[in-house]
Parts: sequence; structure tokens; C-alpha cells
Amino acid sequence: MLRQIEGSRAVAEAVASCRPEVVCAYPISPQTHIVEGLAELVKSGTLAPCEFVNVESEFAAMSVAIGASAAGARAYTATASQGLLYMTEAVFNAAGLGLPIVMTVANRAIGAPINIWNDQSDSMALRDAGWIQLYAETNQEAADLHVQAFRIAEELSTPVMVCMDGFVLTHAWEPVDVPGQDAVDAFLPPYEPRQVLDPAEPSSIGAMVGPEAFTEVRYLGHARLMEALDVVPDVADRFAEAFGRNSGGLTRSYRTEDADTIVVALGSVLGTLKDTVDALRDDGLRVGVLGLTCFRPFPADAVRAAIGHARRVVVLERAFEPGVGGIVTQNVVAAAPAAEIHAVIAGLGGRAITKKSLSRVLREADRLPPLTFLDLDRSLIDRELGRLAAGRRSGPTAENLLRDLGAVASRIG
Amino acid sequence: MAVTPIKFYQTGSFAVGGRLLGDDQRSVQSGRQRINSIDCGHRACQGCGEALGARYALDAAMRATGNRMVAVNATGCLEVFSTPYPETSWRIPWLHSLFGNAPAVATGVAAALKAKGRTDVRVVGQGGDGGTVDIGFACLSGMFERNDDVLYICYDNEAYMNTGVQRSGATPPAARTATTPAVGAEPGAVFGQGKNVPMIALAHEIPYVATATVADLRDLEAKVTRAMEFRGARYLHVLVPCPLGWGSASHDTIRIARLAKESGIFPVFEAEHGEIVATSKIRHRVPVEDYLRRQTRYAHLFGDPPRTDVIEKIQALADRNIRRFALLEEA
Ligand SMILES: Cc1ncc(C[n+]2csc(CCOP(=O)(O)OP(=O)(O)O)c2C)c(N)n1
Ligand code: SF4
Repeated sequence: MLRQIEGSRAVAEAVASCRPEVVCAYPISPQTHIVEGLAELVKSGTLAPCEFVNVESEFAAMSVAIGASAAGARAYTATASQGLLYMTEAVFNAAGLGLPIVMTVANRAIGAPINIWNDQSDSMALRDAGWIQLYAETNQEAADLHVQAFRIAEELSTPVMVCMDGFVLTHAWEPVDVPGQDAVDAFLPPYEPRQVLDPAEPSSIGAMVGPEAFTEVRYLGHARLMEALDVVPDVADRFAEAFGRNSGGLTRSYRTEDADTIVVALGSVLGTLKDTVDALRDDGLRVGVLGLTCFRPFPADAVRAAIGHARRVVVLERAFEPGVGGIVTQNVVAAAPAAEIHAVIAGLGGRAITKKSLSRVLREADRLPPLTFLDLDRSLIDRELGRLAAGRRSGPTAENLLRDLGAVASRIG
Repeated sequence: MAVTPIKFYQTGSFAVGGRLLGDDQRSVQSGRQRINSIDCGHRACQGCGEALGARYALDAAMRATGNRMVAVNATGCLEVFSTPYPETSWRIPWLHSLFGNAPAVATGVAAALKAKGRTDVRVVGQGGDGGTVDIGFACLSGMFERNDDVLYICYDNEAYMNTGVQRSGATPPAARTATTPAVGAEPGAVFGQGKNVPMIALAHEIPYVATATVADLRDLEAKVTRAMEFRGARYLHVLVPCPLGWGSASHDTIRIARLAKESGIFPVFEAEHGEIVATSKIRHRVPVEDYLRRQTRYAHLFGDPPRTDVIEKIQALADRNIRRFALLEEA
């Protein structure tokens, strides 16, 4: 049943319907509404049995999830941005230990300069952590992906990160059919850990591994993650069967069959892209969109199959690797080395990605350099570079930029 | 706490072997049902106080819980010497995650057990002084503040031994470590630094806080047993000499631990809900010099010329402990 509901609340309810036994989180915008929702559901007894652990940091939150999961409980946490980085050591550890923890990342930029708005630098920074990474396009998908995430995680004994764009999705109210308890119960069997801390059958988890076996252990982790390329679409199919809607899977194509230009992207920007493509099609441009729902493991075969016939590919990213360029782009290049591929970095720190800018870029796709920053204010950059070149004390760059924009009243530098 | 008087069948030391006692009066180690939580074949140095302390503490905890217990370990010597993959010395369910998160991981285990209604299974967290007083301190304090049902045991060897004897927040003044070398005007660790975690634990007013040493293993067993009678957060701080890091003889571990207590430099006490309820009195008071001399980490104090000024300052610390905790028997 469709309900007008905030994205965070929908996710909280979807997670609750998965019956996590331990929920543990530390507040950070834009994740807060999700865990506030869960706190209420636990405290009111709606979600039971479940322990909601209020911790002193994200590092502790992931650590609690690790302990809970190893002790055989279904464990969940959520974070964003600085919080995700603060828990990084434990994030890698959870994957190494093969613990099927599910975590929501309410995507947000990373400071400095501090910025609470959406981009995907946070989850992208942890792309090598050994977690499966799923990206939601809509709040419906965000809710659905969480239900699938527990199933995928537990089938593979590998943690799953469900990434949803901060504010754009988390704080947006839109109609969502939140998966119902009975349907979820039928879809998601109880958690059966592969290895568990149990006095009846003691095992040592987290032993020290030397050079003689470390490579093999890491390889097995990789193999497990690659298995997800089968499990993720399989779970999506079974979800579609049970819930009557398609959400999840590895990739999603929109008007790509006859497209000569394909835009690859992930997250909520896909909606804007589809609208843009529709408009461009009306003008006779043959453009299509490939959405990546699964980014880790990278679905190279599916991507190649979807973009192989296009003349050029534009990868639209809400994060980048300073000193290199696009992160997703490099993965697409590796999957389809023959293609002409351009990286477009967009929407950093919450800057709106408008249809206008997107259609401009796509109309000019022929002339795009390998790396473009969408809507970059060149004059601002030139002024700052000029200041640096003039050898004048420049002060903190971000503040200079803000002054040039007239956004700070006080004189700096 | 009810005290059962037991007969001393062994004289000449303060230990009670107990093999001649009935099962109910025996020490855990001499009991026939001893679980041997940490088995032989681990790779600790000879005379390692931490290996000894862990074995006594965990065996006692196992007895107290009827062998229904899970242990969580911080990174450090204890973890490294006990689990060289694919071997393990642990005969109990045991989990190692990271250096700085053992208290939080233990919280997670406790939360899971609670959610699953397994109130019979108990949780022990453990780590070295580095993992406890430094990097894991926020997690430890959080665990105390929430009063999670975890007994956390710190094996205090007064430095980061696993990485090669560097200073920790528990390294005592004047001690030489790899990062507080015995050079300069103030050789070794500086005075006035360091963290007294037992007292900080006390300030959290958790149900139970105690200190112990490996010199009095019967006392260690009793404290673990007592700790397991409480629900909620409990903290046990055990002094475990490290022959490698302290530069002491392997056969001197127990003696040095005893000298630490008998000099007053390491006060042994018990507290419940924020109040000290018992102290182990000094039986044969010794000057701190007797304690310091047996460790090359203090060798620079006994050079030419000897640093009697520094030794006096350490003595003053011991004297302060003696006053503060009333460590001497009333005359
Ligand atoms: C985040 C992090 N920093 C540093 C280390 C390296 N490290 C491993 S064990 C250790 C010291 C352990 O000292 P302590 O906790 O006192 O235990 P001990 O080995 O003395 O028993 C250090 C610094 C680590 N594993 N993780
Ligand atoms: S270095 Fe010290 S603590 Fe580590 S195993 Fe050796 S004696 Fe034990």
C-alpha cells in the first residue's frame, strides 16, 4: 500500500520488518531520522526482541554490530560522511570477518570544508572495504533494497551497504509501499550464521594470519564478493516475485538499446537523467541511461553488455578521486576498454544537478574532455589561482571562494 | 562477601596449592573441573605475566559461569601469541576484532545474547593496557556508562609490548620504553603523566571494580568469581609483569608482581558501585627500590651516579598510595 512517507522513515520501517536483533548507531546528518525511527520502534516494543544500543561513536557502533553479528544476531547500523570514515577500521574488519551486517549510508560529502549535503564521496571512499554496495534510485528502492540486503548479506556471509542520497532521498516525502511484515517474514529467513560464538561449540574468530595463508584468505573474500554478481540479481528476481515490483539487481537500462550515447550513473540522479534523456530524445538525440544499482562488486559484464554498442559513454559521478578523476569511470573503462568514455563530476556537496546542465553536457558530448566538472564556476577558480600566483596570502581557499561569492560578510586574509 | 576460612596445607609462601582440599575449597586451577580456557602451545614468552593472568582469570570466569561464556579480545600480545592461524589456544568461544574496540565488541555480544534471551551466557572483554587505557578508552568508558553486562579485564604490563615495548598511558614514571628512552635530563617516562583507569572506572560507579596482580592468583580467582556475581559493567585491572618489556628474569614474574604490591606502588583493592569495599594490606612492606632493581627498564636509576632523587619520587608515589588506600595493617 502506497503511503506518503519520509524516505528515512520508510527505511526505518523496512529495516524493522527485517527483525534486526541489535541496532546500534551514532547520530550524523542526514542519517539521523533513520535511527531515530528505529529507536522509537524498539523503545515502544514494536520491534522486539531487539536491543538498541546508544554508543559514543561510529567506531563503537560498527564494533557493537561486529560483536552482535558474531554472536549470531542480525545487526544493523547507519551512518554517513565523517561517521563512515570514523568507523572505517571496523568497516573493513566486519568484511574480513565475514559478518553479514547491513548498514545504511545516507550519502554526504566529506570535509574539509565541512558540508552536510549530498554527494557520494563517503561510500565511494570505502569501495575497497569488502562490502557489497547497493545504491538506491528512489525511496521505494531504498526501502526494498534493505530487505534484499539482509538476504544477500546472510546468503553470502558478507556485509552490505545500502547507499541512499542524503536529503535528496532521506528527507524527501514521497509515496512508498513499505514492505509489510508478513511478506518480509516470508521472504527473509531467520539469520543462520556461518560461524558463531557459542559455548556449545567454541570457535576462535579473528585469528592472526601470516603470509603463508593471508593471500588465500583475502582471495576467498574476493570470491565471495564475486558470487554476489549472481546472488544480487537472483535476490532481486525473488523479491520481484514476492512483492510484485522490480527494485534491485545489478544494473538498470533506460532507453539504451538504440542509444549512441549512454550515461552511466548511480543513485537519485537517475530520475533527473531519465527526464533529461526523454527531452533529448524528443529533439532527436539518441541517448540512454545505465543505472548501477550494485557498485561493489562491480558488474563489469552487465555494464559491458549494456554499453557495448554505444559510440560514447558519459559517466556521471557524485564523487571523484582527487589527482585521478572519476572513480566509477575507471571501473567502466576497465569493463569496456574499447569505448570512448568521459567522466563528468557533478553535484558535489549538494550542488543541484539540473536538467539544463545535464542536457548541455549531453548535447556537447562530442566535444567533452575526458574529465569535466559540471557547472564549475571557472571565474571563481581563476580568481583564486590568480591570487595564489600573485603570491598574496590567500587564506583558507574555501573562505576566499565564499567571499568572492559574497557569502561571508567578514573580511578574511 | 562471605569468607570461607581455608586451611593452609602449604607453608613457606602465601599460595594455597589446594590439592589436599575438598573440591569446593580448591582453587580453580587445582580443581578437577578446570576448563583450561587458554590451552598449552601458545607462543607467549617464558614467564609472561599476561598469559598467566589470562589463564587464571578466564578459567575462574568459566567456572563462575558454568562454562557458558564468550571472550572478546583486543589486539595485543595476548591475541597474537594465542591465535597463530590456523591454530588457536582458546577452548572457549573467542573473538578478536581490533586494537581499540574490544569493549564495544563485547557490548555487541552482550546485546545479541540479551536479544536472544540467552541470559545464561556471559561476556568477558580483555586487552592490554594500551588497548584499554589508550586507544580503546572511549569504547571502555561508553561500555561503563551504559552499564553493559560485560566483565572487562585489563592486563596491565605497563607498555605496548606487542609492537616492541613502547610507552602507553599506563607506563609508570621513569620507566624506559622504546619511546621513552633512558636518555636526557628526565630519562624514561616523565612524571605527572599516565592514566589511572581503575580510579576512572570507579568514578563511573559501575557495579564492580577491582585490581589484582599475578602474585596472588587466589585473589585474582576470587575477584573474577565475585565480578561474575554482578550484572552490568565490571572492570578488573591486573598487573602482569612482562619479562621482555620490563627486562626482568622469566622466573621473577611473580616475585616482581608481589614487590609491586608490597611496596605500595600497585594498590590492590576492590570497589562496588563507586565505593572501595576492600584493600589487600601490605604484609611485608618493602622499599620501591627492591621492586625497581629487578627490572632493567629502571637500570638508569641505578647507574653512576644513581638517581636517588628519582627513586625518592617513586617512593613518594608508593607512600601516597599507602596513605590513600590505607594499605598498611592497623598496628
Ligand atoms: C589502530 C591500531 N594502531 C596500532 C596498532 C598496532 N598495535 C598492535 S598491538 C599494539 C600494542 C598493544 O599493547 P597493549 O594493549 O598494552 O597490549 P600488550 O601487547 O602489551 O599485551 C599496537 C600499538 C593496531 N593494531 N591498531
Ligand atoms: S612481550 Fe611480554 S606480554 Fe608479550 S608475550 Fe612476551 S612476556 Fe608476554
